[in-house]
Amino acid sequence: MDWEGVASRLFGDDHDIVADGDFLGGTATFDGATIAIVGTTNHAAVGVDLALRQARAVLATTGESPGRPLLLLVDTQGQKLRRRDELLGIHRAMAHLGCCLDLARRNGHPVIGLVYDQALSGGFITSGLMADACHALPEAEIRVMRVPAMARVTKLSEELLESLSLTNPVFAPGVANYVAMGGVRSLWDGDLAAGLRAALADRDTSDRRAEEGAQRGGRRVAADVIRRVLEA
Amino acid sequence: MNSASFAEMSARQRLAAIVDDRSFHEWLPPSDRVTSPHLAQLGVPAAFDDGVAIGRATLSGRAIFVAAQEGEFMGGGVGEVHGAKLVGLLRRALRDRPDAVVLLAESGGVRLHEANAGLIAVSEVMRALLDARAAGIATVMLIGGANGCFGGMGIVARCADTVVMSDIARHAMSGPEVIESSNGAGEFDSRDRALVWRTTGGKHRWLTGDCDVLVEDDPAAFRAAAIAALDVHRPMTLAALQQESMLLQWRTAIAGEGADAIELWTLLGVADARAVPDLDAAAVRVLRPAAVAPLANGGA
Repeated sequence: MDWEGVASRLFGDDHDIVADGDFLGGTATFDGATIAIVGTTNHAAVGVDLALRQARAVLATTGESPGRPLLLLVDTQGQKLRRRDELLGIHRAMAHLGCCLDLARRNGHPVIGLVYDQALSGGFITSGLMADACHALPEAEIRVMRVPAMARVTKLSEELLESLSLTNPVFAPGVANYVAMGGVRSLWDGDLAAGLRAALADRDTSDRRAEEGAQRGGRRVAADVIRRVLEA
Repeated sequence: MNSASFAEMSARQRLAAIVDDRSFHEWLPPSDRVTSPHLAQLGVPAAFDDGVAIGRATLSGRAIFVAAQEGEFMGGGVGEVHGAKLVGLLRRALRDRPDAVVLLAESGGVRLHEANAGLIAVSEVMRALLDARAAGIATVMLIGGANGCFGGMGIVARCADTVVMSDIARHAMSGPEVIESSNGAGEFDSRDRALVWRTTGGKHRWLTGDCDVLVEDDPAAFRAAAIAALDVHRPMTLAALQQESMLLQWRTAIAGEGADAIELWTLLGVADARAVPDLDAAAVRVLRPAAVAPLANGGA
């Protein structure tokens, strides 16, 4: 689904979200309250400029509208793969974005992530994955890297990775696997507004992903290892 | 004088060289055999510590928690267990309140062999680190391994109060090989070592304000920097992030579209930037422009 469709199913006409290049920003009225929207579109490659642009929008909300919920609309092909971005500290710009979201959470802003199209690695780690909880549309796609590139880096065969990606939640790109692993809390299917309403009502902002991954059976070991370290 | 190379040491050797003598107490040591549940199906051998040692120690007599990533095992990549050990360490720090968490970071980022589980794990490490930092526990990254600190771990590292690098260390997002394979050698020639180091190396990160302390490739220098960082706290306030935002935008605007490192250093106010690649860390330390110093915590 494109972002216009998501916005209209969530807010009807009660929003002023606009796309400026790959950047999405604006506000919407939801259940009588104002929500800030920050995100990306066009399967954005997130580089220094787009990371800083999102961070500014988050900081503006934190500075000017205390407590206003933030909805992050995620559509990214990953980090921008350019020398200029590495030179200018793309890791720093992304860390800055993540820190801005973390500050918003500490200052009492609900921070909700929604993967509405695709989410890959670097563009996702400091947006949706830094939300209180991240949600997704059922048709969205989340992955670390596409299979051919993964095969090149890991020196494993494409055939092996392709076959694993059909059955193994660790490799498969479908969002249902991310739900099973706890990385995505829920899928918003059909009534998107109901999904957002439920997400906003959940005010426990602790990171429950490892526990949910264990409960749902998609990531069986992480929660136990964390517990063992705490008890060692 | 200690002439050992920090970069050439194993993670456990580095850890032992940083903390007070014989003070390290490991949690989930290799004898516990807490290994990756995902590697066997790929025919890849596991490591009994999944590539990271974690525990408590003292540093200059003060209580710290410490972790060291082993770059020789899967490039230091963060898998499910590796990440969970770091998360456990950071959550335990939040509970037990050591003076600092010191992480000897050497990682290519998400361990691709554990793909989705690694991606979520890195994100959990990031949130746990920011929780510890917000609680006033000094968070310290020592980046000096031969494999550098990249990908998700590159992002996590810059979330710490203090980032210490050696002049031969690298800290970035995507490796030059990945950029070259996507956009060609004309974009980023991974075999041009001088280009790679001046784009991602310790001297560059120091001169542009992305690392806070620049040291020689020497374990004693890293230890001294870690001790100094025990009392460095950068509270993440709205004002602090607004200032960082302004400075990062300013730096990006100055660079324009095509700048090379040497051109950027010159634009930022480094005198005789062309000489930088041939200087040692001590000589580079004094060259950092005053304008970028607020991006780091130390000043020169």
